[in-house]
Amino acid sequence: MAAPRIVVVGAGPAGTRAAEALVSSGIRPVVIDEAARSGGQIYRRQPPNFKRGYEKLYGFDAQKALGLHQCFDGFGDDIDYRPETSVWNVRDRKLYTVCRNRSGEVEFDAAIFATGATDRLAPVKGWTLPGCFSLGGSQIALKAQACSIGKRVAFFGTGPLLYLIAYQYAKAGVDVAAVIDTSPFANQAKAIPLLAARPSLLARGLYFRAFLASKRIPVHSGARSVEIVGSDRVRAVIVRTAGKTFEIETDAVGTGFHLRSENQLADLAGCSFLFDHLTQQWRPNIDQDGRTDRAGIYLAGDGARILGADAAETAGRLAAIGAMRDLGLPQSEDEIRRLRRQMQRFERFRKGLLVAFPWPEALAREATDDVLVCRCEAITVGSLRQTAVHEDALELNRAKAFSRVGMGRCQGRFCGSAAAEIVAAARDVNLADVGRIRGQAPIKPFPGGIDEEVAA
Amino acid sequence: MEASQRQLIRLGETNRQEVIVVVDGRNVGALEGDTLLTAVLVQAGRLRVSEFGDGSRAGFCLMGACQDCWMWTADGRRIRACTTFVAPGLSVLTYPKEGVWPLPE
Repeated sequence: MAAPRIVVVGAGPAGTRAAEALVSSGIRPVVIDEAARSGGQIYRRQPPNFKRGYEKLYGFDAQKALGLHQCFDGFGDDIDYRPETSVWNVRDRKLYTVCRNRSGEVEFDAAIFATGATDRLAPVKGWTLPGCFSLGGSQIALKAQACSIGKRVAFFGTGPLLYLIAYQYAKAGVDVAAVIDTSPFANQAKAIPLLAARPSLLARGLYFRAFLASKRIPVHSGARSVEIVGSDRVRAVIVRTAGKTFEIETDAVGTGFHLRSENQLADLAGCSFLFDHLTQQWRPNIDQDGRTDRAGIYLAGDGARILGADAAETAGRLAAIGAMRDLGLPQSEDEIRRLRRQMQRFERFRKGLLVAFPWPEALAREATDDVLVCRCEAITVGSLRQTAVHEDALELNRAKAFSRVGMGRCQGRFCGSAAAEIVAAARDVNLADVGRIRGQAPIKPFPGGIDEEVAA
Repeated sequence: MEASQRQLIRLGETNRQEVIVVVDGRNVGALEGDTLLTAVLVQAGRLRVSEFGDGSRAGFCLMGACQDCWMWTADGRRIRACTTFVAPGLSVLTYPKEGVWPLPE
């Protein structure tokens, strides 16, 4: 029998460990990654001519980052590595790719999508001003380009990344004006029993808070709303908490509310989705090993469910082992049980994070009509509300068709969570009932001018 | 592009080879390993003007997902500034040649 054709999409923690498990079983997978170098986002590498060491770049996670990069670099010819390549569609066990200006196709018996996540965003007034970046973007500027997003930076949002990135900026010597968290401080105390599933990460979170305090960086918890003000660039943020409203001068804002999965390929492959009440988001329906309900399609890492980088490594291994077992290649049952137990611990911690840092639904629901919900085409919250009511758009894809919110070039990645809240609130229905924006190929815009691959 | 308008601040890694790129017809000194986004925003306050009439934009996600950092090449192609690395001869515009939406009749 010919060796099964297994393809891994993504070369972050999940994709790297999936490839490692496949290689160690004698399979030569195709590994497709958008980036020029492996690592994904959290372990993103700096350009080769940068000189900073791992300790400086990855802090507490330096050894993990090094281990993951060395693992990938060690594959050599054991994998068919295709960097700088985007998968833009999947159909009938075939992936459609584009690399620079060249299109391509990859047929597979099993595909593991380890496509990661982006920041989950909520629209606030002024969030399209130059100087406002996502939290993930703020971190990339620092790690991959050795730049700060501004001279004096405020961070606004919620979730573990908010504190991690504020800490990284402060440690790099940047003037951090404030950390503004929509989650009430009491939630974080309430979450401690669940967060104790991973004591070292809990300790790290507490350390970040203590570090910010030691630098006298104000942390405002329980923010009700934020407005970013300025003319053609960020000048200040106006913060409203339960008791007061105040202004903080700043020339840059990093914002984000935890993460959302990049799950468009699972969607295009026809995998079913379920509504996750903890995150208030739809996600692909997978079993404990990452199997979807479509034969041959597996998901691993934050692209399936937001569990973080450590869980992504475990999930990558599990998905690869599951795929090989389904193809009739015997796997160690002890190893499967061990990895599944690890995933249970990560799942408990995930629940803790969601108690500590809930998605602030009110931010979108109560946004004023003049706020831009769609960054791509500058469409206002008011326009979307009008559509929901007057075009009888009770369902998100109908609202998208009439308002164009979600139809722009980010394809709903940065407006989707908020758009669902706005439509649900305008029509007074449950969030789950408005559905989710369907994935459409190509899942990212093409560069101009693609050459078709012509069979010789 | 006035220095006082710069958005990004370099914190280190400045001992790199200089690369000249062209932005709106003017030579801009960048460093090898810079993305186009970095090269522009360490000297200016914006990457582009929104085609939808809502003002300047300077990118957002920096990971190739939000598409907020599109710039235009001199021959009219679009490129993502956050995933494009600088190279000698790269020439870009901060505005679409055909104008800002809605286009004049």
